[in-house]
Amino acid sequence: MTVTEDRPETGNEIGKDRRRKEDQRLITGRTRWTDNIQLTGMLHIAMVRSPFAHARITSIDTSEAKAATNVVTVLTGRDVADEQGVLANAWPITTDQVAPTHTPIAVDRATFAGEIVAVVVARSAAEARDAAELVDVDYEELPAALDLKEAAEATADSGALAHPDLGTNKSAFWQLDSAEAGTGGDVENAIAAARADGIVIEREYRQQRLIPAFMEPRSVVVDPTAEQITMWSATQIPHILRFLLAATTGVPESKIRVIAPDVGGGFGGKLQSTPEEWITFLAARRTGKPCKYTETRSESLMAAHHGRDQWQKLTLAATTDGRVTGLKVELLADLGSYVAIMGGGVPVLGAWMFNSIYKFDSYRFNVQTVLTNKTWVDAYRGAGRPEATFGIERIMDELAAELGVDPLEIREKNWIKHDEFPFTTVAGMTYDSGNYEAATAKAKEMFGYEALRTEQRQRREAGDPVQLGIGVSTFTEMCGLAPSRILGQLNYGAGGWESASIRMLPTGKVEVITGVSPHGQGHETAWSQIVADRLGVPFEDVEVLHGDTQIAHKGLDTYGSRSLVVGGEALVMAADKVIEKAKPIAAHLLEASTDDLEFDGGRFGVKGTDKGIALTEIATAVFAAHNLPDGIEPTLDSDATFDPVTFSFPHGTHLCAVEIDTETGGLKVRKYTCVDDIGNIVNPLIVAGQVHGGLVQGIAQALWEEAVHDESGTLVSASFVDYLVPTAADTISFDIGHTTTPSTTNVLGVKGVGEAGTIASTPAVVNAVVDALRPFGVNDVRMPCTPERVWKAIHSHDDAESGGAPTEGAAAPHFDEADTADRTDGTGQEGS
Amino acid sequence: MTRITVTVDGASYSDDVEPRMLLVHYLRERLGKTGTVVGCDTSNCGACTVHLGGRSVKSCNVLAVQADGQEVTTIEGLSTDGELHPMQKAFRECHALQCGYCTPGMIMQAIDVLNDNPKPSEEEIRHGLEGNLCRCTGYHNIVRAVQTASGQESKPAALEESAS
Repeated sequence: MTVTEDRPETGNEIGKDRRRKEDQRLITGRTRWTDNIQLTGMLHIAMVRSPFAHARITSIDTSEAKAATNVVTVLTGRDVADEQGVLANAWPITTDQVAPTHTPIAVDRATFAGEIVAVVVARSAAEARDAAELVDVDYEELPAALDLKEAAEATADSGALAHPDLGTNKSAFWQLDSAEAGTGGDVENAIAAARADGIVIEREYRQQRLIPAFMEPRSVVVDPTAEQITMWSATQIPHILRFLLAATTGVPESKIRVIAPDVGGGFGGKLQSTPEEWITFLAARRTGKPCKYTETRSESLMAAHHGRDQWQKLTLAATTDGRVTGLKVELLADLGSYVAIMGGGVPVLGAWMFNSIYKFDSYRFNVQTVLTNKTWVDAYRGAGRPEATFGIERIMDELAAELGVDPLEIREKNWIKHDEFPFTTVAGMTYDSGNYEAATAKAKEMFGYEALRTEQRQRREAGDPVQLGIGVSTFTEMCGLAPSRILGQLNYGAGGWESASIRMLPTGKVEVITGVSPHGQGHETAWSQIVADRLGVPFEDVEVLHGDTQIAHKGLDTYGSRSLVVGGEALVMAADKVIEKAKPIAAHLLEASTDDLEFDGGRFGVKGTDKGIALTEIATAVFAAHNLPDGIEPTLDSDATFDPVTFSFPHGTHLCAVEIDTETGGLKVRKYTCVDDIGNIVNPLIVAGQVHGGLVQGIAQALWEEAVHDESGTLVSASFVDYLVPTAADTISFDIGHTTTPSTTNVLGVKGVGEAGTIASTPAVVNAVVDALRPFGVNDVRMPCTPERVWKAIHSHDDAESGGAPTEGAAAPHFDEADTADRTDGTGQEGS
Repeated sequence: MTRITVTVDGASYSDDVEPRMLLVHYLRERLGKTGTVVGCDTSNCGACTVHLGGRSVKSCNVLAVQADGQEVTTIEGLSTDGELHPMQKAFRECHALQCGYCTPGMIMQAIDVLNDNPKPSEEEIRHGLEGNLCRCTGYHNIVRAVQTASGQESKPAALEESAS
């Protein structure tokens, strides 16, 4: 699609802060979560999960469990080996990717702590749970591949292999090189030149493992008692789920109906085809009864996929005046023990994002994906782009520190100027629009940047025990997944289009069917606004239907900030088709020529007269079909499928101020300001909510959250006691604003917003922490930046000669020596 | 089995329950009060918060038998004669919910916070809601909603360009 001249005028509805249609049922408890569903004769499932990260299953004795009260059946992997199907990886990033077969129930080996090894089906959930305790599994523990770096080095002869039969833990190696791709120079040359006469900065950053931790635990109900097998699932991807169920179980796709009812959050965490879904499907087919499985929170944290988990080695080459000439990225990415649905593709999404908003001469991105004996890793809000944004925004700060200039100055020297769009980057991606200067200027003003810098100087000079740090993140991201042709080139197993249908009902109401599958984003409201404007019908008269393959038969669901930029565009196309279909009928009824008609405000008018007819009246006339033009099909209903030709590139400038108590390591976010350019805004209220929530998830990575395993591979942060999802008391109110450069690649001029806050905020916070601590010689604090890590970073340069902290050992006996690896202390080679 | 009699959202119920049955399971599975939900198993998330005898409790942390003879109010019993409770209205007005899973518990807790302290500061609101997790909103608009319900915020500053 080219830049269009027919971009709609901002109508009455688009841009309005409509209160959400969804809310009435949500604030009154009239919701339908999957776990609410009770069907007559329904059976309940409990899982038996491996306590070991890696173990051979030597025997399973199910006799006692089978004999327990009201137990219907107990299944092991061996019992169902031929019929349980497999869980698919939809994106093998290379043709020679090494990937283990992933069966829903482990057959011979458990490969992470939490993997399902047996399944109990009983008449009540409590009885199933009780009987699960009676399943006696004998394990022979195997060496577990747990540390990512060690796993990457392991071979059949040395070190632990996650899957010994594969002979390696290395899954795939993927590279983007600007010299090879013809999009830039050779990065090794740039680095060599900078070593001779310039600046080279080398850093290694850790992206810790996170857990999406959606609030609604996953739940699945399968009813096999009709012509179609119906699955309700707390999923982001009902359509993909149906396709994969059919593809891997042999049940025809037309015999499966998948419904995503109200879904309580996802953040990528419900973008998965799960063992639990396959098992419930299998149990329902085996027993002939409706079956339900609802996970506990501990199971959710342990077995629903995790996110992030990378080591990032970055080498940045620059001239002595701070112009970046090259960036080399070497990633190790932990996949966990199986390659999940997007699996290895998540880190690959970072390939186009490490160069971010900057004009680099040369670039190379390498990623090695690695199998370990941990929970599988897949998309978590941002998926690949937060990791990349963190890396580049951290190292740009290091360059600024090296040169002793303001971090915004170094960014401005390197970023794409507003009059250079469209701009093709060194990674080969063409950004359609943006204005980094405007967003930054506005953010600085809202934040009070200069005043805070002054306060920072004063506190430093006064030796204030509470120091102020100011962090910057000028990010962009690519979202709106995705152009099908590009996905094909990347070996992804599906397309990236989206579908919409509009049904004009005879009473003048409008039904909109969308192939995206919201789980908190407010599509029912925003889609109503778009259709109301496009068709000129009241907002209240639009009903948005979604998340049921029987109603929305076609779709690719919700993730990757795609719903509006791809699904919204399909909606516009479908609405335009409705108008096109109505036009000859309007002309017929008005006894006018179609050339003399104009459509405005929901009504066809005859130019130069006051004659006209409303679209809704035409819908009624079409329903009666008594008086239509000869040969015309009596319907206005329209379907459209939109396949984007490019991605969407929202951007923004985020500024964060933290106060650090240097005596305790205690840390407080004092102020957070962001200005996001997400193109035209459909509903500012919903956008604000997306930004706020995104910010807190990103800030949480910087400060609080981490999936922690013990040395035997057990997840020790497997409850909300230990996995620190922030509370209201941990967070602050935010100052958010917008600048607007409309996207030129879709009619609505919109860009994605769902992931922006999360992508941008993590480096802003860590940059603020490091900024506060630079006078102490600190140039990194590993995430999450806990008070302990902050305190250790501050005291890392204490020594006995300067009288530094002789009582430190006694004062802090609980500090683990090994944990000093949590900070890097400036030993990276800087300059030459 | 133990016989209990409980008033829930104004209606009286009498049931035999297992002594180990949690109040939240009694509400959901026996009474069909599925507006109240379960979000964790360690009483951290607060999604199951209801009022028991007029005070907020996490109903996953109360046995059904402990509610015997008492009055329980859930999210489904808040509105009267079709009129939403002011806190429900404030949540909608301020866009204090997205997926809505934490919302029932959050609203019940927010009402309890204001019952204790009708004009709380932002900090008091944040501490009052500390036992209820939300993953979607970042709490910004939830705080605005409670301020609005307490009459301290005349118009929701939930929108962009907010300068709170």
